[in-house]
Amino acid sequence: MEMNGAQALIKALEMEGVEVMFGLPGGAILPVYDPILDSPIRHILVRHEQGAGHMAEGYAHATGRPGVAMVTSGPGATNIVTPICDAYMDSVPMVVITGQVGTSSIGTDAFQECDTTGITRSITKHNELITRAEDIPRVVREAFHIATTGRPGPVLIDVPKDIVDPKHPHSKLDWYWPSDDEVAAGLPGYHPVTTGDPTAIRRAAELILRSERPVIYAGGGILKARAADALRELAELTGIHVVTTLMARGAFPDDHELCLGMPGMHGNYTAVTAMQRADLLVALGARFDDRVTGKVDAFAPGAKIVHVDVDPAELGKVRRPDVGIAGDCRLVIEELVEALRELAAHGVEAPDRRPWRSTISGWQERFPLSYEPPVEGDALKPQMVLEHLRESVPEDTILCSGVGQHQMWASQYWRFRHPYTWVNSGGLGTMGFSVPAAIGAKVGRPDRMVWAVDGDGCFQMTAQELVTATAERIPVKVAILNNAYLGMVRQWQEMFYDERYSEVYLSPDLPDYVKWAEAMGCVGLRVESPEEIQPAIDKANEIDDRPVVVEFRTDSREKVFPMVAAGQSNDSIQVPPHQADATHRTGEGGR
Amino acid sequence: MDVTPGGAVRHHTLSVLVENRPGVLARVANLFSRRGYNIFSLAVAPTEDERLSRLTIVVDVESSPLEQIVKQLDKLVNVVQITELDPRDSVERELLLATVQADPDTRGQVLELTQIFEGRILAVSHELLTVSLEGHPTKVDDFEQLLRPFGIVELQRTGRVALARLDRDGDSRLRSVSGRAS
Ligand SMILES: Cc1ncc(C[n+]2csc(CCOP(=O)(O)OP(=O)(O)O)c2C)c(N)n1
Ligand SMILES: [Mg+2]
Repeated sequence: MEMNGAQALIKALEMEGVEVMFGLPGGAILPVYDPILDSPIRHILVRHEQGAGHMAEGYAHATGRPGVAMVTSGPGATNIVTPICDAYMDSVPMVVITGQVGTSSIGTDAFQECDTTGITRSITKHNELITRAEDIPRVVREAFHIATTGRPGPVLIDVPKDIVDPKHPHSKLDWYWPSDDEVAAGLPGYHPVTTGDPTAIRRAAELILRSERPVIYAGGGILKARAADALRELAELTGIHVVTTLMARGAFPDDHELCLGMPGMHGNYTAVTAMQRADLLVALGARFDDRVTGKVDAFAPGAKIVHVDVDPAELGKVRRPDVGIAGDCRLVIEELVEALRELAAHGVEAPDRRPWRSTISGWQERFPLSYEPPVEGDALKPQMVLEHLRESVPEDTILCSGVGQHQMWASQYWRFRHPYTWVNSGGLGTMGFSVPAAIGAKVGRPDRMVWAVDGDGCFQMTAQELVTATAERIPVKVAILNNAYLGMVRQWQEMFYDERYSEVYLSPDLPDYVKWAEAMGCVGLRVESPEEIQPAIDKANEIDDRPVVVEFRTDSREKVFPMVAAGQSNDSIQVPPHQADATHRTGEGGR
Repeated sequence: MDVTPGGAVRHHTLSVLVENRPGVLARVANLFSRRGYNIFSLAVAPTEDERLSRLTIVVDVESSPLEQIVKQLDKLVNVVQITELDPRDSVERELLLATVQADPDTRGQVLELTQIFEGRILAVSHELLTVSLEGHPTKVDDFEQLLRPFGIVELQRTGRVALARLDRDGDSRLRSVSGRAS
């Protein structure tokens, strides 16, 4: 069948099962926007291309399917660079299509020309400038294959205008759809790993059965591999406690007796300290990020390491594993469970781990996550707002967050019970992520309630996408924890720069968030006192025909604890002052 | 394999087969700069298979461990195969071109040196000689050293190219390090 490149591009997306794409047109990509009118694919018109990228990410996080974004050349392409990098850091499957000037103009500094593949080379899993219309079906097929297999990630396709413009002879092609074999043959250098090495898996099982103080260190790879059930089976079979990193929140239920919560810089005391004292860490789809390890040399000094990751380059990148297994997390964990059962059948038993368990529960009792309740007349405590919200929404609610203190409190104080209910920007730490990501998540999971917990600083970066949400009838809910500051930066200035506050004050009432929300077609609510918290949340939960923004005026002095200062050993974890004092009085030493 | 004074191996030779497509060299170069790896030398050329090119990369492994370099390279979708060439099991060559000061007093010595090394004279002028030498990189190093005192005006070396040595008893000591990437 003869068609033009634009039709082929849209048809290829349909063949890939794309149901929705996020984008904004412009000169170079114009021809591709025409066949969208005839396609069943839903296109969501964003107000800024960064929004399109984060929406695609939010969609991918919530559904596991690749997010798709389409933008024009030049400024359209550069505006989506941040989400591409974000997706790269957090291994989010995403396909981004960018317009490009015509092939004969490339390299001439033509209007809205930029070297998009050059700019995105080191922040994509792969990118490709298509130069012939006949390559379009193949390149699209390859892009989805690469984005979704192995370690997922963003793939960018740069499409020159002439090969999609029906008025141009370059745009003619005979439609075809490559088979799996043809895709494989077209990618001779791409062979993602799947199953792990059985000998290594057996050695891992032996290490597990020999350890007295093991901890499972579960990372975002568990979610990418759809391995949450396998993880639970492994934990329950072995009775080993699990920490879930910021990227893995929800991969293991917070209310499970073996769950220790989040480790790392703002992790809870028990998760951090259990890893420090462990004699074995079973790292599953985790990458020993510096926000988890603190000072690497001082991280879990007595622990042997079993490390499973689909990306072989992660094994030994930061910490040399005793047993490294390159493979898909789900498959490897299932094999590991088999190996453990087999060893058990041969009478191999784990040592007595009761002392370790009681040490852990001792830490949990002494250092639970906690904050000092507000004094009458004080501003709201952000943690309290989150507790109210947590108790007022269905347990499968999808929670999105921005980046800053509010993100850490959201991760700490939520009770995640299901995988894919937490959407955040971990590796890149992108302010402005939450509003568009929540929109993308809601588009992917319209059956779920979706809340974004945002900071006042973050909200101001991408709030305009609420216009998109209203226009497209995507009823997301946003809780702004308005502390009138770039709070996380303020916290560092307070703690590490002698309370010298430099360029972090934002003002509580500029902008007026309620008016702004209303101007964008949302319902806007403001909450200033504790009695107003619950009614406002209830009201927001009832609204299902438009977005809602609830602004909570929170205490700007509140800091995130526990905290391990950057570059310090995790042994120097600081608990909140009221716990530190209690420790001091009882003379227990707050290690 | 070049050895530092402490005895540690500093340079390793990787033979990397890549798809012969636009931008592949940029991807490789970009990876090295982005991850802070040092390239000591790099040679690129087409192979017997028109779909593939071969890069011979001599990497400085003091900057980062070879294993990481290989694994990150292997993640590039267009990289098809990576082989670490052990100097004991490979043939290595390099080409040097040099224009050297050679006035009547020293000309004889330069000519003699070039003859000893089995190099060639490519061009001659009143004061200058352009010489070439093809050979094992260490031999090329030695030649360059000995030319220096005469005054090198211009110098160009190609960087090392290498192939696995043919193996007589079938017991290959070649280490193919390219595996499976994601
Ligand atoms: C795009 C971007 N710019 C700057 C930063 C650095 N940064 C990290 S957290 C933060 C403050 C965020 O402020 P807000 O959204 O109000 O959240 P809060 O910490 O007050 O909860 C800043 C500026 C960042 N992460 N992302
Ligand atoms: Mg703030």
